[in-house]
Parts: sequence; C-alpha cells; structure tokens
Amino acid sequence: MRRTRKCVAVAAAAAAALTLAACGSSGSSSGGNTGNSKITLTWWSNANANPLLGVFQSLAKSYHASHPKVSFTYVPIQNEQYDTKIQVALQGNNPPDIFFQRGGGFMATQVKSGKLANLKPLDSKWIGELGSLAAAWQVNGGQYGVPYDQHTVGFWYRKDVFARAGITSPPTTMPQLETDITKLDAAKVAPIAVGSKDQWPDAFYWDYFAVRECSIATLKTAVKAVSANYPCFLKAGSDLTAFMATNPFQPAFLNTPAQVGAGSSAGLVADGKAAMELQGDWDPSVMEALAPNKKFLSDIGWFPFPAVPGAPGNSQVLLGGGDGNSCSASAPEPACADFLAYLESASAQKLLVSTANVGLPANPSASSALTLPAEQQILQAGQHTPYIQEYFDLAYPTNVGTALDAAVADLFANKGTPQSIVTAIDQAAARQ
Amino acid sequence: MTELRGSATAAAATPAAAVAPPAPRTGLRRRPGRRKFIELVVLLGPALVLFAGFVLLPICIAAYYGLFNWSGYGPVSDFTGLHNYRLVIDDPVFRESLLHNVIIGVLSLVIQLPISIAIALLLNRRMRGGSFLRTAVFAPYVVSQATTAVLWLLLLEPGGFVDQLMKAVGLGGLVQQWLADPTIVLYTMFVVLTWQFIGFGVILLLAGLQGIPPELREAAGIDGASAWQTTRRIILPLLSPTIRIWIFLSMIGSLQVFDLVWIMTLGGPANASSTMVTYMIFYGFHSLEFGYGSAAAVILFIISFAFAFLYQRFALRRDTAGALTRAVR
Repeated sequence: MRRTRKCVAVAAAAAAALTLAACGSSGSSSGGNTGNSKITLTWWSNANANPLLGVFQSLAKSYHASHPKVSFTYVPIQNEQYDTKIQVALQGNNPPDIFFQRGGGFMATQVKSGKLANLKPLDSKWIGELGSLAAAWQVNGGQYGVPYDQHTVGFWYRKDVFARAGITSPPTTMPQLETDITKLDAAKVAPIAVGSKDQWPDAFYWDYFAVRECSIATLKTAVKAVSANYPCFLKAGSDLTAFMATNPFQPAFLNTPAQVGAGSSAGLVADGKAAMELQGDWDPSVMEALAPNKKFLSDIGWFPFPAVPGAPGNSQVLLGGGDGNSCSASAPEPACADFLAYLESASAQKLLVSTANVGLPANPSASSALTLPAEQQILQAGQHTPYIQEYFDLAYPTNVGTALDAAVADLFANKGTPQSIVTAIDQAAARQ
Repeated sequence: MTELRGSATAAAATPAAAVAPPAPRTGLRRRPGRRKFIELVVLLGPALVLFAGFVLLPICIAAYYGLFNWSGYGPVSDFTGLHNYRLVIDDPVFRESLLHNVIIGVLSLVIQLPISIAIALLLNRRMRGGSFLRTAVFAPYVVSQATTAVLWLLLLEPGGFVDQLMKAVGLGGLVQQWLADPTIVLYTMFVVLTWQFIGFGVILLLAGLQGIPPELREAAGIDGASAWQTTRRIILPLLSPTIRIWIFLSMIGSLQVFDLVWIMTLGGPANASSTMVTYMIFYGFHSLEFGYGSAAAVILFIISFAFAFLYQRFALRRDTAGALTRAVR
C-alpha cells in the first residue's frame, strides 16, 4: 500500500472515523502501561478503500475478540493527505497510538519529533523473527516501526499485448527491452506507461539504473552518507538519458498520474492501451480497481528490471520497500506493540496477502497464501536477490527524497542532466 | 454636575476668560468619549483579536520559522539566520515560479480585462435572456476550484473532449499535449483560470456600469456622440474606479494562484506551471522543510503586501478621494 493511490474519490471515506469493535467500551489510551483498564487504540492508516480497509477492520475486530479490554478507533486517511496530517499530529500533543509508516528516511525524519515509541525494549522477539526486513526499520539502533508487508518494483506487462507485437518472452537485458519497445511501437501500442505527474514513478527508473551501476557496498554507503556523489550514480543518469531517447512512454506521459483514474498509467495497462509499467507489486490491485473488466488479470505478467550490459552492479538486486506501522510514545503499552505483533502473525499475514493483495508478506510463513503466478515469481526473485535496495526517495531523508524525485522528473521533461540529479540530492542533503 | 460647576467658576475668575471661547464642558465630552471607546472596544475588539491571532501572528511565526532549519519535527533550534531567505531568492525554480505568477497577472490584464469589459457592456444592455446570460457567465465562478480542476483535467485528457472537438471542427492540427507540454502548460492553466474567474470580473464591472446614471448616456446621444464615443469618453472613465478594483483583486489573485494548478499539474511538468504558492507548499508540506517553506511564504507575503500597498497608495487612493465626482465635473 506504500503508494496505492487507487482510491480515486474516496476522500469522503477518509473523513469518517470508524469506531471498530466494542464501540461502547469505556476509557481511552493515555499512555504508559495499561494495567487492567479498558483502552481504545486510535489507529491512523492510509488504507481507506477496500480490500485493505476491510481487512484491517476485520483484524482489529479479531484482536478485540481475543483481547476484550482493547478496542480500536480506526481512522482511514487518504494517502495524499496522510503525510501532512501525521506530521501535524506528531507535532501536537495527541498523536494517534498506531499509525501507518513507510520506514527509511521518512521514518527517520519523524523520529526527530520524539513521539515515536522504540519497540525494542518491549517484548520484541517477534520483531527479530522478521529478520533483515525489520532491521531496516531501525533508526540509531531503535526499532521505531515494523513492516507488515514487503514490496518489490518490477515490470508488470500484458502478455496478450506482447504476443500481439510478436514478443515471445519478456526481456532480460536493456537491449532486449529496447527492441521490444520498437516492436510495440510498430504494433501501435504505447510500450511503457509511466505516471510522471506524481514524479516518484520516474524515480524508479533512475533508482534501478543506479542499482545496476553501483555495487551493493556503494548503495549502502550512499544512503548512509545521504549522498549520490559517486560515479555510478552519474552513470545511472546517463543510462536513463539513453533509455529516454528510445521514446518508451505513452503520449503526454508528463501529466499522467500513476494510480488515479482510468487515464493513469495503471489504468492504461489495465485497458491494454499500454503494454507494461515499472511499478511495485501492488500494481495489479490498483489496476483491478480502475478497470471495469477484470478479465485482464489473467493476462498480467511480471519480469524484473532488465540487466544493463557492462554495468558492474549485481543484476539480481531488487528495488523495494514496505508498509508498516509505528506506535506513538504515548500509546498504551504493551497493547500497541502487541497488536503490531498480531499483524505479523501467520493468520493475519495470510489474510493481508490473500484478501488485501498487499504484496509479499513480512512474515515468510504466510508466503503460501500467494496465489498469482506473478506473485510467486516475485517471491522467488526476492529469495535469489543478494540485496533489496529501498526506493531512494524513501531511503533518504524526506527532503532529499523529494529533491531526487523532482530532479529525475526534470530529466524526464528534458530539463535535467545526470549531474543535476546528483547535485539536487547533495544540495538537499546540505539543507538537512 | 460638580465638574460643570467647577468649569464655570474657573471661567469667571479671569477677564481673559470672559472673551475667550467658552471653556470646554469636559464632563459632557468625556462621557461620549468613553462611550465611543467602549463601542470601539466592543465592536472592533473581537475582529482585532481574530486579525491578530489568525493573520499577524502566523506571519510573525512564519518569519521566525524562516530563520531556522526545521523539518517540522522536533524542536526549532537550528538557527540559520537569513540563510533560507537567501536560498529561496537564489533558487532558479522560485524565480521561475514568480515569473509564472507575473505572466498570469499580465495575461489577466491584457486578455481577461478587455473580455470582461466587453461582456459587461454587452450584458448591461436590455436584451432578451440577459439574466440567463449573466448567470451563465457567472456560474463558473461559483464552482469550487477543485471541481473546476477535475472537470478540465477530464476535458484536456489526450484524446479527450477538447481534442475531439478541435478535430471535429477541422482544427485537429492544433491539438496539443495541453498539460504535458512544458512550453504551453502555463497558458493552458491561464485559459482555465480565465474560464473560472471571468464571471467575477463581469459581475463586478456590471455593478459598476449600473451605477452610472443613464442620463449621461442619453445626454451624450442627444449631443450627437456615437456609441463608441459614449463608451470611450463617458462610460469607461466612469467605470475606471471599478476597473482599478478589479485590477487589484486580479493581481493579488494572480500572485496567490494555487488550487487549480496543484490539482491539475502539481506545478509540473518540470516546474513549467509552478507558482510561488505551489513552490511554498512543495517545500513546506511535501518536502518537510518547514523553515525553508516558511521563508518562501514570507517572501510571497512581502511581494503581495508591497504590491497591495503601492497600488493602494498610487492607484486606489484617488478613488477614495472622490475620483468619480471629479470625473463627472
């Protein structure tokens, strides 16, 4: 759900705070240990549309059934409004007890508020079981959030459209992809759809070229140093410039949204007007919400970002991230952390994966719930990769991430250069 | 009463006082003064408190935050002086955004104003369906900017209504990527802004026109003035106070353009349609650089305030001094 903006006109839904389970239960969270009193946990989430909205509500009800003293006030907030609202709430004195979290630099920026609970001192054995996935959600040794899913970015494509253009198998190298772009052009279909209006989908391309050009050690160092001043990042910009010269995208892509409306990049692929899209594993669920005819789902396939010939980076490294939750420092404990642990349980994870299509589960034991062949393919890619690089715009602190997105968007609009992207990142880092 | 008596006694005490104007009846004056003061406090007080709390205080707070490097989280402690202000002013994107505001303002003057005057003059005549036409012209102004933005997003989609319409009337060759081409997106935005706000100008000017006595037009007609001469020499000069108000509101509006742009293009592609407010929002809320965004906000305020002040001082002042009566004389 990291960027699932599938909820086109659901702002109205966001306005409604749904009180779940035991509406009549008395008491409210006031921080600290809960003892035996009844408590209500306020939960802010960007899941404001089904199926994830319903699954979260159902999980809250289930938890309440087994913990009658704990009930929930679930507040769905539209994704684009969420960042502003949580920022204001964390500056105030009454932040929500549980709130949606993206991890990385986004979370590190929030930690500065001093309002996020460090879950590590609590009973956190369950966090350790999540392995490196949860370890990536630490700031200065503190565990300030935990992911409930993990995402991988790759190409989602229409098998039927590929077949119509005479493409028999998905490309594994960039030259092959460029050949396929030519074939798709000849077949009068937009080869690749991209939602450049939102900027972050553009950044996926630069991110992946950087992942292909840089060693894993350099990637880690760059994020830690909040810098992109390495030759491989410049090379990534050059690769992207060369790729842009093949005109791979749909007409008017610069003002196409990623996930809102039938004219979005996801909508174009769902409608067969574009052949593929570089997106996270949430993309099929976004397409499903946008397409009146769900038949296309059987024609959807996935392939990883192709290898760049001669690039020194590991071609099996993936780009990804995850969605999760944090507890505020004032949330009643251990109730809040216990509920986050419940979300990581095999049963909850299976529900999230099978019903809400959140992507890959954070808890590997729920992987059996993945049913789509493409999901199994992503799972295997994840098992074979030596490293998953978090999307740079989230791995870096927020202002650096947005500067990166904007600079790549400039390059897409033919106004930027490989150097201007690196410069924008370093200038934003200097404003830290 | 004691105060009155005291005053009378003092007046009689010296001869000079006998020829001097009557001593002020201080007791009687003080009471209405006090009453006036209480009236002022009661009537102006709440408004002043609200104005101070919701206008002056936020401006001061923004100016203060602008002096810090602050992400919106944690204490406001990293003092950087005027560094943020310098960065904003030096940023080519901010200058580009300011230029876009100026372009919108100039285009409003050059295009919207003449169109508004022409429509207002037309609608000021007695004609069948005049009320309907007035309502039709004003209707877009009533629609919220968010609705307008979504409506035009759909109309301007590639292959959408506008493209199809142009093709249908043989103008297919002129079809553009209205919102995706950095060279024309700002002008597309201006068309949408014009569609939305022209009704406001027309209604304002209509109100001004209806305040002009019809006798003047009739007298000019009797004197042999043509319709154009009457409009040029009589109507427009008498309408100029309203026009000056429209210019003032339009320029301030041009400096503050946000909603339509944010929804339709997010200021893109590549900042081609950004404005000072989209710039401020981007850095403040999107990029979580509240200190930097606050500095941008303060600069925007200073520019708007300077314009408003100078315009009031040099353009609107004559209206408050009775330009209308002078013009009639």
